[in-house]
Amino acid sequence: MTTVTETATPPHAGAPRRGPAARIVGRVGGGVLRVALVIIALFWLLPSFGLFIASLRTQADNSATGWWTALTKPAQLTVSAYQELLSGGWFVPSFWNTILITVPATLAVVIIGALAAYAFAWIDFPGRDWLFLLVVGLLVVPIQMGLIPVAKLYGGLGLMGTIPGVVIFHVAFGLPFAVFMLRNFFVGVPRDLLEAARMDGGSEWTIFRRVVLPLGMPAIASLGIFQFLWVWNDLLVALVFSDTDSQPMTKALQGQMRQFGTNIDVIAPGAFLSLIVPLIVFLAFQRYYVQGVMAGSVK
Amino acid sequence: MTIEEGASAVAAAGAPRQGPRTGRVNPSRWLALGFLAPALVLLGAIVVYPIVFTVIRSFFDAAGTRFIGVGNYTNMFTDSQTLVSLRNTVIWVIVAPTVVTALGLVFAVLTERIRWSSAFKLIVFMPMAVSFLASGVIFRLVYQQSPDAGVANAVIVSVHDAFAPPSPYPEAHPRPAKSGLTAQKTAGGTAYVTTSAVRPGQTALLPLVGMKDTDLPAGAKTAAAARAAPGAVTGTVWLDFTRGGGGTLGRPDRTEKGMPQMTMEAVSGGRTVATTTSRDDGTFTFSGLKPGAYRLRLTADNFAPPFGGVTWLGPTLITPAIIGAYVWVWAGFAMVLIAAGLAAIPREALEAARVDGATEWQVFRRVTMPLLAPVLTVVFVTLAINVLKIFDLVFIIAPGSVQADASVLALDMWRDSFGGGNDYGLGSAVSVVLFVLVVPAMIMNIRRFRREQE
Repeated sequence: MTTVTETATPPHAGAPRRGPAARIVGRVGGGVLRVALVIIALFWLLPSFGLFIASLRTQADNSATGWWTALTKPAQLTVSAYQELLSGGWFVPSFWNTILITVPATLAVVIIGALAAYAFAWIDFPGRDWLFLLVVGLLVVPIQMGLIPVAKLYGGLGLMGTIPGVVIFHVAFGLPFAVFMLRNFFVGVPRDLLEAARMDGGSEWTIFRRVVLPLGMPAIASLGIFQFLWVWNDLLVALVFSDTDSQPMTKALQGQMRQFGTNIDVIAPGAFLSLIVPLIVFLAFQRYYVQGVMAGSVK
Repeated sequence: MTIEEGASAVAAAGAPRQGPRTGRVNPSRWLALGFLAPALVLLGAIVVYPIVFTVIRSFFDAAGTRFIGVGNYTNMFTDSQTLVSLRNTVIWVIVAPTVVTALGLVFAVLTERIRWSSAFKLIVFMPMAVSFLASGVIFRLVYQQSPDAGVANAVIVSVHDAFAPPSPYPEAHPRPAKSGLTAQKTAGGTAYVTTSAVRPGQTALLPLVGMKDTDLPAGAKTAAAARAAPGAVTGTVWLDFTRGGGGTLGRPDRTEKGMPQMTMEAVSGGRTVATTTSRDDGTFTFSGLKPGAYRLRLTADNFAPPFGGVTWLGPTLITPAIIGAYVWVWAGFAMVLIAAGLAAIPREALEAARVDGATEWQVFRRVTMPLLAPVLTVVFVTLAINVLKIFDLVFIIAPGSVQADASVLALDMWRDSFGGGNDYGLGSAVSVVLFVLVVPAMIMNIRRFRREQE
């Protein structure tokens, strides 16, 4: 399985014989390579670092000079933009909305997906294979196909502009991947374990809870983190289904983009706060997230 | 099946069951239903039914009351805005996956034998965890036009100016009247020429305004009146402006400074016969001139406007610029997948080739690449599907004024149906086109899955 942290250096079985000249070239080349990689890594960090520094400067500083001038004049740095943003009254509610959308949407996808995946993996029922192929087919359906009809549906049900509306849409469009991924993992649970549990008179529900769920934890963790970041980072679904009271951070910040130049003191700290949670989740669970992304590459 | 049945089945499944199963029908059928019900209800109502609805809706007009056949589709493919979006989507689908896959391959190969490759991979993969909104904000900042705001232009301008130093007086110009100088368009920009001729032995005063004295080159000294010299045209070029007022117009006063390093030419009969450069006090000398009438020209390169960098967010470069941001986000994904593929290549195959005397490059071309081809294909196809649906990044990075030039199908869909267009018919048609474009991927997924099952 792939992870970012995996050291991708399999032991080099028997180094090839090389002349001294080749060895020197190899060593110099290695030095150049290392320098090049450091430069690339810095290049990758630079844009986000720029956002971070810009978020720590005043609007006046940001419109007069580039963020990099703060590196030589650290006196520019201030948290005033953050203070203002957090006391502004629109950002903090949107932060809570993001949580109120993301947490239930993640839990629901995992639970509903695991239930269905268990049925697909271990319960015989007619049409099982066909139904599962349908799920596989639904993996790549663009969410654009759902926006207009669900907007109409929500209009009738009073779900338009509400947090449950946003959550339900995320859950439904997250399910094909959840079912697909978990079913493939559950199938790998040793049959003996299940048979033994069934012999002991365990109901399917007990087997699901006591045997399959614990064994499936790695896959469930991958799915959960993948789904969490997916929903947390969503903009399009929020744009269509949430209103100003139920909007998550992404939509709230998007509303500020119209005057990017003059709103930078709002946008930069807001964007930074919106990405700090995903970043922490990613760094803490990178292994699971990368697995989720790799499995999700079919999506 | 109804929702109620599904719910009660869930309840039944949840209840502890005693004794052997005795049912008239195969109990597992109902049990399966219990496990599946929530998922099936949601998928049916929010995914499957909408697919059908959207397809049907795409044949109706904006209000949804009149059947117009393929009207929305013909509109789409004749409407200039949609054609721009289609063109952009094609560019995206070809360019972005190619660049990302290539970069991922390079990174994966380069880090293969580096001990701290995991740190490198972590850094490059990190943007994948962040929203497109945040990435969009990050790159909107990078691409700011002013070299004093956007880091991209800051770098480009400083590199450019290191090779081609900027002109010293980009904003200086003569007063509109009575300055003795007149603007002249030349190939290199605007030059200024004396209105009257000067002869050797005479002096010329060339007053300019339009800039701050603090912006003069560092060595500038108080302007001095030039002395006449036989056989030479002399004169002064200076900033004819006294801070806080005062001074005499058209005269170099004590309070005023000369403009050093001004390149100037003496022109006679349309030909340049001599060139010189002004000194720190603004005086200059054209020596060795034949008797005759000359006009003096301050060449255009003195006044060239400063290089402002690249207009990333303008209508021409907007799509490449946003693709750049996309590459930044997704390169890590390609790198990690390809690195896994590389690690899976059997070492024996590589060693065998090396023992046979192949160079590293040959090993890479003839052994590694063919073995890696399936992984590269998966990465490319995955990215292509992902790129088809790209929305947020374009929406965020493209400023409102160029959004029409940057638009892609997924953004069009939103604009047509929600972002002001209010035309659900057209929006549905755009969705259906997007859907049709991913159908090959859908079939591929299903086929791959069935193959794996056998």
